[in-house]
Amino acid sequence: MINLNAGAPKAPLAEQWSSYKANCRLVNPNNKRKLDIIVVGTGLAGASAAATLGQLGYNVKSFCYQDTPRRAHSIAAQGGINAAKNYQNDGDNVFRLFYDTIKGGDYRARESNVYRLASISPEIIDLCVAQGVPFAREYGGLLANRSFGGTQVSRTFYARGQTGQQLLIGAYSALSRQIAAGSVKLYNRRDVLDIVIIDGKARGVIARNLVTGEIERHSAHAVVLASGGYGNVFYLSTNAMGSNVTPAWSAYKKGAVFANPCFTQIHPTCIPVHGEFQSKLTLMSESLRNDGRIWVPKEKEDVELLRQKKITPEQIHESKRDYYLERRYPAFGNLVPRDVASRAAKERCDEGYGVGSSGRAVFLDFSDSINRLGAEAISARYGNLFQMYERIVDDNPYQTPMMIYPAVHYTMGGLWVDYELMTTVPGLYSIGECNFSDHGANRLGASALMQGLADGYFVLPYTISAYLSNEIHTPPIQTTLPEFHTAVHGVADRLNQLKETKGKTSVDHFHKSLGKIMWEYCGMSRNEAGLQKALGLIGDLKTEFTSDVSIPGGMKEYNPELEKAWRVQDFIELGDLMVRDALERKESCGGHFREESQTPDGEALRNDEEFAHVAAWEFKGNGAAPERHREELRFDTVKPSQRSYK
Amino acid sequence: MIFTLKIWRQKNASDKGGLVTYKAEDISPDSSFFEMLDQLNQQLIAKGEDPVAFDHDCREGICGTCSLYINGRPHGPLKGTTTCQLHMRSFRNGETIYVEPWRCGAFPVIKDLIVDRSAFDTIIQAGGYVSVNSGGIPDANTIPVPKLDADTAFDAAACIGCGACVASCPNASAMLFVGAKVSHLALLPQGRVEAEHRVQKMVATMDSLGFGNCSNTYACEAECPKEIAVTNIARMNREFLAAKIFAEKEKQISFTL
Repeated sequence: MINLNAGAPKAPLAEQWSSYKANCRLVNPNNKRKLDIIVVGTGLAGASAAATLGQLGYNVKSFCYQDTPRRAHSIAAQGGINAAKNYQNDGDNVFRLFYDTIKGGDYRARESNVYRLASISPEIIDLCVAQGVPFAREYGGLLANRSFGGTQVSRTFYARGQTGQQLLIGAYSALSRQIAAGSVKLYNRRDVLDIVIIDGKARGVIARNLVTGEIERHSAHAVVLASGGYGNVFYLSTNAMGSNVTPAWSAYKKGAVFANPCFTQIHPTCIPVHGEFQSKLTLMSESLRNDGRIWVPKEKEDVELLRQKKITPEQIHESKRDYYLERRYPAFGNLVPRDVASRAAKERCDEGYGVGSSGRAVFLDFSDSINRLGAEAISARYGNLFQMYERIVDDNPYQTPMMIYPAVHYTMGGLWVDYELMTTVPGLYSIGECNFSDHGANRLGASALMQGLADGYFVLPYTISAYLSNEIHTPPIQTTLPEFHTAVHGVADRLNQLKETKGKTSVDHFHKSLGKIMWEYCGMSRNEAGLQKALGLIGDLKTEFTSDVSIPGGMKEYNPELEKAWRVQDFIELGDLMVRDALERKESCGGHFREESQTPDGEALRNDEEFAHVAAWEFKGNGAAPERHREELRFDTVKPSQRSYK
Repeated sequence: MIFTLKIWRQKNASDKGGLVTYKAEDISPDSSFFEMLDQLNQQLIAKGEDPVAFDHDCREGICGTCSLYINGRPHGPLKGTTTCQLHMRSFRNGETIYVEPWRCGAFPVIKDLIVDRSAFDTIIQAGGYVSVNSGGIPDANTIPVPKLDADTAFDAAACIGCGACVASCPNASAMLFVGAKVSHLALLPQGRVEAEHRVQKMVATMDSLGFGNCSNTYACEAECPKEIAVTNIARMNREFLAAKIFAEKEKQISFTL
């Protein structure tokens, strides 16, 4: 029986977290060193959790697939991190950050978790500064802030366009300190392929050493998954090439329910797709929308001339430009939330006003800001982004507008967790993007870094002690137990099956095919017929993969194709679940836009009567349909309203 | 576009390895260098051959995973550019391109173009951090930091740990990498507290791992994809010297006491 009770403390919203901390059971230092914790992933959530748990005295085993923890994909986050510091005295506070996050998430997130996140946010900045994170500062020496998509206050802290990098280096340095102290043991270049459950509790993982191919057993008293999001199910995304769903997916197959898988975020400002061999999409930070204006030509003739390169965008007169975000959403203009901005770009391109060789792009124009502030001021804010753009596209954004198009960027869905960030499997936790908890159906800009670090530095270290306080009498878990044996065999069998298929088609081919299905039918806009079709196509793809995948190389060596094959097989299964989830959610909310559910003027229409709940899917065995459970969402503090940015 | 590729193939750490010639055809000038290698690998897989193994991840120039000599230069011909941000339009059609892994004793080859850079982690573990715990931290604005210091610290902290500095150095010196971390933290009041101790431990660890010394060729700065300046090495040397003198003084003081 699945219990989807979040278990938030019974206290007024603003006091829940302090009440939890006051009553939380602790583990005394002598016992901490007898307890083992596995943390999978070394991004902001994983590295901060492993470092903090190590610092508290637990024995931590930290896993990453990269060669070093410092490369986890949090490093690529550009824009910033939100915190309710109100340093700008512009009316910000914890409640407002909480409110913005709930509203931005289109009323599909849990109030208790989001309030906690907002209340922790100021501490994160304090800690990062103490670690030596070089945030942007004003001439007076105090920290600078900027406003960021979807909010009306300046609460975003940033380090040029490389905030994720600097925060991750901070967390990595804290982790390195614990590795040196011996409290954390690092296992790099490892793929975690299965979770070991003993007597209903998470007790370890099976990992593959990517260099030697060896299958390893690792045990612990609790397992924390911080393995990130699953955007690569779309093949083309802003995620790193290696980002994958595998640890979360193996948890799902071992009984952890998976929440809101269809909630994916399509980021509005990415560099458009250029060709068939493209391997990934590059994000241009949303902060660019603070100073850039988005437009397409008003006239189709201009569109044609642009595509034929007979005119340049600068030649199009102001009166012949359609600043469609400013036109449709006068109150927020270019700063509307990501889902709204992305759909508006798609709408213009679908109507035939898209620019670029493919017609799938819109302009992001800095000429007004450059005229107003000077090129130097713009360069100080976005220099590295402009440089990156020029390198990829071979165009100079100081002289001609950027071209951008939406791309898959973040996944709000993930493993279901309760208030303590524990999944439905006792002793199995999920933090950061890997869980579903804080962003509802749409994440606000600069909130991912906040959540990853809040979970890792400040939430999990408390909540895990509540669980571990009951484990102090459990001796170290032996990896010779039959459950480990069974899990190792399961992993070895599946690897052998993959290797022995000896088909004709490469893993990448399957991954691209899956991506196309997902983007077409389960992307920015979804409908019943398309989703039904996608179910069939994914089913066929799954069968084809099993019989025709080709994997060169051996088992006992570094074999990137074998790694990818396992990940892609999981992605295909996940794709199926995402489509099922999108089918069942017959409303539009946040990043999930169902064409059947829209207002007369084409805006997303929520259905709170029927869908103000979290959909949590339970695995029922290979080949069987998964079961959908519901966690009803209660909004005691914020009254759900139709989001309006007009 | 068409290219002749001479790629280093090496089965594992103990294999001798050697250059193998491949043809890459039908390559778009807009493809990145890795997308070109992806295309080559797809051809190899179709023929049942082992694809070329290379390290890569974010493909947007920030994770620091990529690590190739292209025509003998770390990350290829463009200044301030990682391999993953290098596009084929930077090469001549029909060009022969040599692709090799980092060559440095402290970075042994794992397979083909992949090397083991964990020596960098070991150096950071020796002191590349500020010893603060998560909790009990004063408000972030308690200590104002001059903007210039914060910006200079940022310039050093922008290092992505790819190892191009070591790969470009005739002595395989890691001093730009270490100098960048020492500078980043020494420039900030938060990092100042442990600065003397940090520089000594990091330099000692660097030396013990087999990296060479600096002989001022400035190749590291020229090839660094993040354009980290050699002034960071000068600052590290200054910090190191000051720390040594400080340590001597401390010894004398404790002696007289």
